[in-house]
Amino acid sequence: MLTVKDLHAKIGDKEILRGINLTINDGETHAIMGPNGSGKSTLSAVLVGNPLYEVTGGEVVFNGKSLLEMKPEDRAHEGLFLSFQYPVEIPGVSMTNFMRAAINEKRKYEGKEPMGAGDFIKLMREKRKIVELDQKLANRSVNEGFSGGEKKRNEIFQMAMLEPKLSILDETDSGLDVDAMRIVAEGVNKLRTPESSCIVITHYDRLLDMIKPDVVHVLYKGRIVKTAGPELAREIQQRGYDWIKAELGEV
Amino acid sequence: MQSEQQYIDLYNNSRRMLFGHSADAMNAVRDRAFDDFSRLGFPTRKVERYKYTDMEALFAPDYGLNINRLDIPVNPYDAFRCDVPNLSTSLYFIVNDAFYSKTQPKSHLPEGVVVGSLNDFAGKHPELIAGYYARIARTDEDAVTALNTMLAQDGLVVYVPKNVVVDRAVQVINILRSDVDLMVNRRVLIIVEDGAEIKLLFCDHAADDRRFLATQVIEAYVGNNAGLDLYCLEETHAKNVRVSNLYIEQQAGSRVNHNIITLHNGVTRNRTDLVMAGEGAECRLNGCVIADKRQHVDNNTLIDHRVPHCTSNQLYKYVLDGEAKAAFAGRVLVRPGAQKTISEMRNQNICATRDAHIYTQPMLEIYADDVKCAHGSTVGQLNDAALFYMRQRGISLKEAKLLLEFAFINEVIDSIQLAPLRDRLHLLVEKRFRGELSKCEGCKLCR
Repeated sequence: MLTVKDLHAKIGDKEILRGINLTINDGETHAIMGPNGSGKSTLSAVLVGNPLYEVTGGEVVFNGKSLLEMKPEDRAHEGLFLSFQYPVEIPGVSMTNFMRAAINEKRKYEGKEPMGAGDFIKLMREKRKIVELDQKLANRSVNEGFSGGEKKRNEIFQMAMLEPKLSILDETDSGLDVDAMRIVAEGVNKLRTPESSCIVITHYDRLLDMIKPDVVHVLYKGRIVKTAGPELAREIQQRGYDWIKAELGEV
Repeated sequence: MQSEQQYIDLYNNSRRMLFGHSADAMNAVRDRAFDDFSRLGFPTRKVERYKYTDMEALFAPDYGLNINRLDIPVNPYDAFRCDVPNLSTSLYFIVNDAFYSKTQPKSHLPEGVVVGSLNDFAGKHPELIAGYYARIARTDEDAVTALNTMLAQDGLVVYVPKNVVVDRAVQVINILRSDVDLMVNRRVLIIVEDGAEIKLLFCDHAADDRRFLATQVIEAYVGNNAGLDLYCLEETHAKNVRVSNLYIEQQAGSRVNHNIITLHNGVTRNRTDLVMAGEGAECRLNGCVIADKRQHVDNNTLIDHRVPHCTSNQLYKYVLDGEAKAAFAGRVLVRPGAQKTISEMRNQNICATRDAHIYTQPMLEIYADDVKCAHGSTVGQLNDAALFYMRQRGISLKEAKLLLEFAFINEVIDSIQLAPLRDRLHLLVEKRFRGELSKCEGCKLCR
C-alpha cells in the first residue's frame, strides 16, 4: 500500500522530518504516537501534499506510484484521505456542493461520468448514517458553525463518501467526548476492508482501544524510533515517553 | 486636457436640433445644464468623488452622436428572445437611448402604470414631469449629470400611480447598437407614488463590437410607504464605457432595494446618491463586481440621512482577477437631528492576483448623537487553508477557487428578492467565473 523511504521535510528553515521509514500493507492499521512536536502532523501533511511543507529528501510510493510528484487532488483521487486535526470552515460552500464536486472530480479522474443527482442524494443519505450525521448539518456550509464533535464526524462522513484506500486520522480523537469518540471509532471500523489501510495519529490509547492497530510506531524528533505491536500503546499510556528517550540515551 | 471643449462646441452647434427633437419639459433645463457643465468642466482626480476614475480621459475621444434621431433598424423583440420561462417579466427595450415602441408585448401592467419613452411622456404630461425632472439630479454638482441633462433626448419613464402595486417585475433591456463608435446619453425617470410598488430590472448590453460611451442619469422618486426594487445588471464588453449616476429620494416609510451587478464590462463608473427625506424609510444597496483582464469598476455611493428613524444597509463585494482595477467609496452622512439612524456599510474584496487593485474607502460622517452606524472594509485573498482542504478531497485547485469565489459573491446574489433573477444570476455568476461569459453576446438573462 504505502512505502516511505528516508523522508525528510521542513517548514520554513526548520527541519521536522529527518528520515522516516514506514511500510504499510493492505488491510493494516498503524498507530503513530509520539510527544508533542515530534512531527506526527507534519508526516500526515507531507503525505497528502500540503504546500506549506517542503520535502527535502526521500521517496514515497503509494500503490506502485510515486506520491511526492502528484498534486494533492490527484493523491486524493488515488485513494489517499486525511481526516484533519482542525477541519476547515468554508462559509458559503454547502456540504452538498462540496461533496458533489469531490465525488465527480474523482469519477472524472477515473474516466467515469458524473454521478446523477438522485444517486448522489441516496449516497449522501446512506453514508450519513455511518456517523449519525444530522441531515441539517449536511445542508449547511462546510463545517461552518459545527461543534468540535460534529466536525470530526463530518470528516469520517467524507471518508465514507470517498472510500479511500489509505486514511490518515490526524488526532481525530482530540476534543471529543466519550460518546462522540465511540461514534467516530465505530464509523472508522465499519469502513475497514481487507483492501484499505489506516494510519491513526494519536496521543492516547483510548482511541486505540476502539480502533485496534496492528502496529504502533513512536515518532520522536522526526524519526520513527520504536515499532511494536498494540501493547506498546498501553505501555506509553502508563509510562510516558521518558523510558523510550532513555533507551535512545537522551535522558 | 480640454475634453469638455468638444461637448461645448457640440451643444452650441446642435442646440436647435436638440430642442427640436425633445419635449419642452426636457428642454426647460437644458441651457442651465449647459452653463453648469461649461463652468464645472470634467472633474479631475483631485475631486474627492472622482479620485479613482479619470473622467477627462474617458470623455476625450470623439464619438458619434445620434442627435438627429435617426432610426436604428433593429427589432429587439426578434433579436433578444427570452428563453427563461421562469423570469416572467414585462419586457421592454431601449435601443441606445430610444425606447422601442414599434412592437410591444401584451401589457401586464395595471391601469395607470406607464413604462415608456421619457420624451413622449414629457410631451404628454408636462405637469407630471415638472416637479421631478432634473430636481435631485442636480446639474450644478456633477459635470456628467450636467452633460447628460444638456444632451439627453430620450430614455425611459416609469410611473406608478398612488397605491398601485405592480406584481410582475418589469425588465428593461438597454441595448447599445451601432455601426460606428457612439456616445449615448440615456435618461431615466422613475416615479413611484405614495403606497405604490414596483420591481425593475435593467440589463445593459452592448450588441456591437464598437466603442460605446454611455452616460446615464436615473432619478427615482419613492413616495410615502412606497416600495422600489431596482436591479441593474451590466454585461457589456471591453470597449464599453459606462458612466451612470443614480439619484434616489425616499419619503416616509418607503423601502428601496437596489442591486448593482457588474458581470462584464470595460470601464464602469456608478454613482449612487440616496436621500432619506421622510422618517422611517429603509434602503438596502447591494453590489457585486466580477472583473478581470483590464476592466475597471468604480462604485461611489452617498446616503444622506436628513431625517430621524431611517435605516440604510450597504454591502458591496468584489472579486478581482487579472489586472482589474476597482474602487468602492461609500459615504454615509447623518445630518444634525437625524436621530435613531441605523446604518451599516460593508465592502469586501478578493484580489486573486498581485496585479489586481482595489481602492476602498468607507466613510461615516455623523452629526447626531443617538445613532447606530457601522462601516467596514476588507481586502484579501482566497483562504489557503480552505483551498487545501478542498484539494485534499480531490477538488482541483481551479474548481476549489471557483467554489470559494462563488460562495463569496453569493452573499450579494442571495439578497435579491426576485427569486427567478436570483436563480438565473447564480448560473450567470458561475459561468462568468468559469470564463464562459468572456464577452457580451447579448442578454444572457434573455437567451
